[in-house]
Amino acid sequence: MALPLSSVQRGPAAAGVLITLFLLLFLVVPVAKVVFVAFQDPNTGAFTLINFADFFRNSLFQESFFNSFYVSAMSVLLSTIIAMPLAYFTTRFNFGGAILIQTLGVIPLIMPPFVGAVAMQLLFGANGSVNLLLDEHLGITIPFMRGLNGVILVESIHYFPFILINLSAALNNIDRAMEESAQNLGASGLRLFRRIVFPLSMPGYVAGAALVFIKVFDDLGTPLLLNVNNMLAPQAYLRVSSIGISDPMGYVISVILVGFSLLSLWVSLLALKNKDYATVQKGGGGLMRRDLRTWEKVGCYAVVIVILLFVLSPHFGLALLSFGTVWSYAVLPDAYTFDHYREVFGSASQYISNTLLYAGIAALLDVILATGIAYIVWRTKLIGRKWLDYVASAALAVPGVVLGIGYLRTYHSFDIPIIDEPLASWWVIIVIAMTIRRLPYALRACVAAIQQVSVMLEEAAENLGATKGRTVWRIVIPLMSGGILAGFVTSFATASVELSATIMLVAKNSDAPLAFGIYEFMQSAAGRGPGAALGIIAVLFVGIGTYISHVIIERSNKAREQSTNVAEGAAQ
Amino acid sequence: MRRSTAFGTAALLITLASSPASALEGSLTIVTSYPPDTTTTFEEAFEKKYPGVNVEMLKKKTSAGIKYLQETAGNNKADMFWASAPDAFEVLKSDNLLQKYSVKVGGIPEKVGAFPINDPDGYYKGFAASGYGIMWNTRYMKAKDLPAPKEWSDLKKAVYFGHTGMSAPSRSGTTHLTVETLLQGLGWEKGWAEWKAIAGNFKTVTERSFGVPDGVNSGAFGAGIVIDFFGLSSQASGFPVEFAYPTVTTLVPANIAIVKNAPNQEAAAAFIEFLLSTEGQELLLDPKIRRLPVNPATYAKAPADFPNPFKDKSIGAAVKFDLDLSKSRYNVINSLFDVMITYRLDDLVAATKAIQKAEAKLAGNNNAEAAKLIAEAHALVNAVPVTAAQASEKDFNKIFKKKRKKADTKVTGRQAEIEREWDTVTKANYEKAKELAEKAVSLL
Repeated sequence: MALPLSSVQRGPAAAGVLITLFLLLFLVVPVAKVVFVAFQDPNTGAFTLINFADFFRNSLFQESFFNSFYVSAMSVLLSTIIAMPLAYFTTRFNFGGAILIQTLGVIPLIMPPFVGAVAMQLLFGANGSVNLLLDEHLGITIPFMRGLNGVILVESIHYFPFILINLSAALNNIDRAMEESAQNLGASGLRLFRRIVFPLSMPGYVAGAALVFIKVFDDLGTPLLLNVNNMLAPQAYLRVSSIGISDPMGYVISVILVGFSLLSLWVSLLALKNKDYATVQKGGGGLMRRDLRTWEKVGCYAVVIVILLFVLSPHFGLALLSFGTVWSYAVLPDAYTFDHYREVFGSASQYISNTLLYAGIAALLDVILATGIAYIVWRTKLIGRKWLDYVASAALAVPGVVLGIGYLRTYHSFDIPIIDEPLASWWVIIVIAMTIRRLPYALRACVAAIQQVSVMLEEAAENLGATKGRTVWRIVIPLMSGGILAGFVTSFATASVELSATIMLVAKNSDAPLAFGIYEFMQSAAGRGPGAALGIIAVLFVGIGTYISHVIIERSNKAREQSTNVAEGAAQ
Repeated sequence: MRRSTAFGTAALLITLASSPASALEGSLTIVTSYPPDTTTTFEEAFEKKYPGVNVEMLKKKTSAGIKYLQETAGNNKADMFWASAPDAFEVLKSDNLLQKYSVKVGGIPEKVGAFPINDPDGYYKGFAASGYGIMWNTRYMKAKDLPAPKEWSDLKKAVYFGHTGMSAPSRSGTTHLTVETLLQGLGWEKGWAEWKAIAGNFKTVTERSFGVPDGVNSGAFGAGIVIDFFGLSSQASGFPVEFAYPTVTTLVPANIAIVKNAPNQEAAAAFIEFLLSTEGQELLLDPKIRRLPVNPATYAKAPADFPNPFKDKSIGAAVKFDLDLSKSRYNVINSLFDVMITYRLDDLVAATKAIQKAEAKLAGNNNAEAAKLIAEAHALVNAVPVTAAQASEKDFNKIFKKKRKKADTKVTGRQAEIEREWDTVTKANYEKAKELAEKAVSLL
């Protein structure tokens, strides 16, 4: 390479080239193949901008654009209201069951598509349990699930864990010395939170809020299942999948989704610009935890329980559905049975093992790629490093269907040498699709983590003679571990219920993951119960996985804390 | 002695006759839009008969299945395509993606209702018949004190306001056939007026075709427009629902075809023969499947009140479905329905509500001016921006064609541009209609 790279930059540069190559092959090229259509005159095939003009002149699309923006902003607000108390209570106070609360707080992210909406309809729909009860006793009904409000409600319940996870990681990373100093200077209560704790956790909050905003902005499943179609993502999907390739509007909307998501990422970066959130002192481990007085404890638990009951209600609905026989226009199912579980048990094992394998590999690849990108962007001066971040983040805004079509189009005639099968129908392509789709989650978590690690710590290590590689391995990565774990958990949990891209790519039923199996079941009257049972199994598996990883990280935090204490003791 | 020899010979002959078939080996990949209830039942029965064959069912929505076969044609790995909508098979046939096959099994008549069971060119075969109708939730109807709807025109009535649902024809091949059937049965203007009057009562237009039976089953809405087996299988699964065929319905075959360049042609042929055999046809009566067999003899085994189109000639007889007419305006109808109904449902519902209110107030009240305003409002709602002749026009249809066949194909006009024009007119009409109806109310 002729580039004048210093020896310390060679490693990251090589990693950068590999990551770039991966992103080019599996994100840029396939999407470009599809996006190309947006700039093509449908009649002549020539390059044109007329499709964009059509978009902006159409009142339906204008309305869709406004609705998408409104729903995303309101969802961020509602998600914040849900996530803030959970994150704050569990990191700030000595609180029994904090890990359990954190785990339960992640569960909503793993609501498998289709079953979730069915369960929500049965509970909160116009003739759902709640409204039937309200109607019977009070003579009123509340349109929870109607129109845009329904979308906001479901999206907030579904995506608030992004804020919860990232905010908790950030709160845990704040140096307790900061808080102590503030307290010594007389700050306490809300003032302490508003002036010290919240500002210091901003990178985590903004990372989470940006994810919620973008995710809601391009989410397809929820509006479709509530049959709200005057929003951008469903418009794109409906046009791509029902009108087909010659109509460019679906692709125009995809381009606009990608563009707008990049814009909001950029805005979130601007919001954090020129502010230093890193703290030098490490090892103290997180916010100072305070013991609660009894009445405070009761209050906190009450708030937490109300929130958890609310956000987990779709899962209660799902559980009822999986045990219920017939549930129709009634508060509860007519009777209960184990039949649905018995029915799926034979076929489920293959779906489960496929899902664990696919989502596990995808999440692992995601944190490796994300750590690499975060390091390159924030710690090196490589040319074009910001673009690596932008491109990887843009994956967030690529509708799954578009990615799926792009893969089929790009790799179907490409046979893999030894196994002699087209790449597009090999199961590995499903893993790659999951990796690309969830990379932005891992990336935001890792970027937030690295922003909180001071460069001075690395410099200190290097001054003491450590090589760059050793510094990264022994200092940067361990200090980022909370963020990396957060990234792994979100990527794994959400990849395990991924449907929109995989639905285009599953070439054999024996390769199918869980979400695909559930989707299949939910397309017939007799399959509703078994589909729900499969959904519960998925939630349990991912939930247990999440819980275990939380326990592991908590343990390693404690271990580090103890060893620091020992070291401090020895020094005195 | 002689007898046992004869018996032995017969047994030997049977073994010999069936041995080439049971020696069938390899895999069979079927792209299908059917739910696991249908696919697993047939997969298990078929694999039991041919233990050497491993059947892989590849579940895709009909439109996604077409797209999948189109995208993968260069390196095809699929053997069969198995779905309901005949027009999906027409698309694949015209793309040269299907293979001819002539069926050996006997007993299947030429027609069901007014429709030929098999593709006259020999590319795809009908294995079951499907008609369209209305399903409703009996608990819901009882709780809301609603009568059971029997005809399409019942669904126009004000009592059903906010209680019904349907999928969009652009989303569901079977719904498209329902829309087209009514347009053919009543004529273009009257047909659209009927659809808008029905849609004005909609609670929702669902994205998936299964969204309709799902909504009715769970009681999210009371009645839905569905393909027959959705209603029949929901009922068989224990849901409190009923299903009826309106007079203006059509019966069309659900089909299966061998994909061009299928890697396992022998197994594919065996699957078609199995599907049409006595055994395969009887499987269709399974409570989880409940489709109308194409072999009339099979109905002898059907449950008591199971519809039999070969006996009950009223099912699907009112409309002689014209496949060519349907093909000539396929995409235009999907697009019109989406612009006027799917995406403008809120506006349409608001206008309908105002009109219904005005009509209720007018009843038993002799006010010529108000009646005139209401009639004007109806006319505005019913207006269709395209005439029947234009909808079938070749050049006009090219704008909506799914595929630009060659790079040098020249077409003038863009779909998005035309839809925008339709949308502007439609939205204004609905708003005006609502104003007129409100004005009529103020006069009463």
